[in-house]
Amino acid sequence: MCNTCGCNITPGNHSLVMAEQPKNGVTTVSVLQNLLSHNNHQAEHNRAHFDVSKVLVINLMSSPGSGKTALLEATIKRLRDSLKIAVIEGDLETENDTKRIQAQGVPAYQITTGTACHLDAHLVHTALHHLALENLDLLFIENVGNLVCPASFDLGHHRNVVLLSVTEGDDKPAKYPVMFRSADLMLISKTDLLPHLDDFSLRKAAQNLHNLANVAPVIEFSSKDGEGMDAWIVWLQTEIAAYQALLLNKQTQRPKIQQNNPLLDSKPNKPKFYPVNK
Amino acid sequence: MHELSLCDDLLSQVIVIAAQHNAQSVESITVKIGVLAGIEPLLLENAFAMIKVGTIAELAEFIMEIAPVIILCQNCGISAESATNHLLCKSCQSPETNLISGDELILASVALSVQTH
Repeated sequence: MCNTCGCNITPGNHSLVMAEQPKNGVTTVSVLQNLLSHNNHQAEHNRAHFDVSKVLVINLMSSPGSGKTALLEATIKRLRDSLKIAVIEGDLETENDTKRIQAQGVPAYQITTGTACHLDAHLVHTALHHLALENLDLLFIENVGNLVCPASFDLGHHRNVVLLSVTEGDDKPAKYPVMFRSADLMLISKTDLLPHLDDFSLRKAAQNLHNLANVAPVIEFSSKDGEGMDAWIVWLQTEIAAYQALLLNKQTQRPKIQQNNPLLDSKPNKPKFYPVNK
Repeated sequence: MHELSLCDDLLSQVIVIAAQHNAQSVESITVKIGVLAGIEPLLLENAFAMIKVGTIAELAEFIMEIAPVIILCQNCGISAESATNHLLCKSCQSPETNLISGDELILASVALSVQTH
């Protein structure tokens, strides 16, 4: 994706997009701007903030009830002595999840979205004013439970983690390709329930992810019996180290499918400049 | 259902462009939607019909061009149209493929009625 305007123009679709059919008496203006450019500008601004504070930001996405908050509780218990962690919680209603996180002794800020089915970069930006970013190593954004809409919105984060609980079925990656294509890591959760299920195949779930040409790692995880906890912690630590190394080279990390596309760098209609204090 | 918020952004972009060209009205709006963009075209169309009322784009025709998924294999160089949930190379089964079409979400062009004196 183009860093300037967030468009999806590639060498493959360039000619298709440029093709126009002029009409008599009417001026046709070629625009070529991503419909999400407003969100994507805000996302880049958020990412700049994160990078100044050197905090790795992970966007947790899944269906409702697949264990995102339980994953966070277990992770915080394990890492709170070695890393400074905070959480942004997105939910339609209630502050239940925020209270669960705060009970673990780390800062949490709740975004109540009302009827909105996803977090966007502007909502996250508002939440950032309530967190002391410069004191953090790791920030989790627990997105609204939804396998559709959250995948389309860059929040300025660095990595996408998608949870798939075993009760949902192993064909979810095939049913929701937009979401699972964006995963930098797929976490199969609630594996302690596997003995009670006869229709969930770990192999098939991984194969369905692979079919999306996504070679992201898959971790089988249970916050009840601790399966996969070590692998998850190692993944997190590796990502933090990789991110810090990128920062030293004045680069940043981007989640899957939010890549730069150098082909088209047309300016947006209302260019904005966001000064970031060093 | 994020089509409505998307339309809000789309309409603001169109209004800015119309103002820049001193347009009297917007005749048509053409968007490119990839089938892997996470957008339901029918919902987008309905949302736009709702949101354009009372704006310079009130009578604009909303044209959606749907882009298929086309992948290019980095391994064997073959490009092919694919299903949204099968993005491996059809020829060599490699996962090293690039999506060259299919995730577009683009305001491609706007046709404006501009009065000349």
